[in-house]
Amino acid sequence: MNFDKELDAKGLNCPLPILRAKKALADMTSGQVLRIMATDPGSVKDFAAFAKQTGNELLSTAEKGKEYEFFIKRK
Amino acid sequence: MNMPADNAALDALIRQRLDEILPQKLEEIRAAKTPSMTIIATKGTLDWAYPPFILGSTAAALGWNVSIFCTFYGLNLLKKDISDLKVSPLGNPGMPMKMPFGPDWFKSLNWNIPNLIQAGIPGFESVATMLMKQTIKNNGVADISELRSLCVEAGVEMIGCQMTVDLFGFTRDDFIPEVKEYCGAATFLPMAQQADVSLYM
Repeated sequence: MNFDKELDAKGLNCPLPILRAKKALADMTSGQVLRIMATDPGSVKDFAAFAKQTGNELLSTAEKGKEYEFFIKRK
Repeated sequence: MNMPADNAALDALIRQRLDEILPQKLEEIRAAKTPSMTIIATKGTLDWAYPPFILGSTAAALGWNVSIFCTFYGLNLLKKDISDLKVSPLGNPGMPMKMPFGPDWFKSLNWNIPNLIQAGIPGFESVATMLMKQTIKNNGVADISELRSLCVEAGVEMIGCQMTVDLFGFTRDDFIPEVKEYCGAATFLPMAQQADVSLYM
């Protein structure tokens, strides 16, 4: 999937991946896509809730071994 | 206009229309409102510094308005330097005592040290704090000063309880300049009344 910005949140724990993602999205423009890599298993549910609450669209979630990949489209 | 003949029929019509219109209207009102949270932070140890700052920063990231009212020992969370916050396993049977380094078998040991011994060893608290900070680091959990900065940056409002500032002999100069206001219970309660979420920690 194409993306405009990447965030490496590997090794970070709750709530840092969400806070960093929020910050990254703030620097982007509407419609741009952010790719996030994380290792916190709790981030799967947290990013879904974050997207739902903030209106940014969670395009996909994938588990790659012990890593998680998220694509979020800026509102 | 063709009015129903009696009030009962009118009532039934109104009720039917309300059922149709109200859910959508309520949803519109809910969606238009910015959620808000107020937290009362009363603890001043390293472990208890985390919950208010984790929830505060996360709620701000979700777009909520957040206020943290720091009172009693919670005032320690507003001090300019919070890198010296401590944690104590003394009298805290809920706190696991594990080593953050060494081989796995060593790390999995739970050091069940009796209170009497903990209390008698000088510097025990400092060692426990050091070990917890290492554990925090190992697990990719935010440093507490960093987490507070993230809260402030995200617009979380820090509020100091004036009565306890005086009670403990603090001055406003002891605290970060970002503290929005110093006030009392009568200011906090109406804020909490309007908030969607209000937590005591």
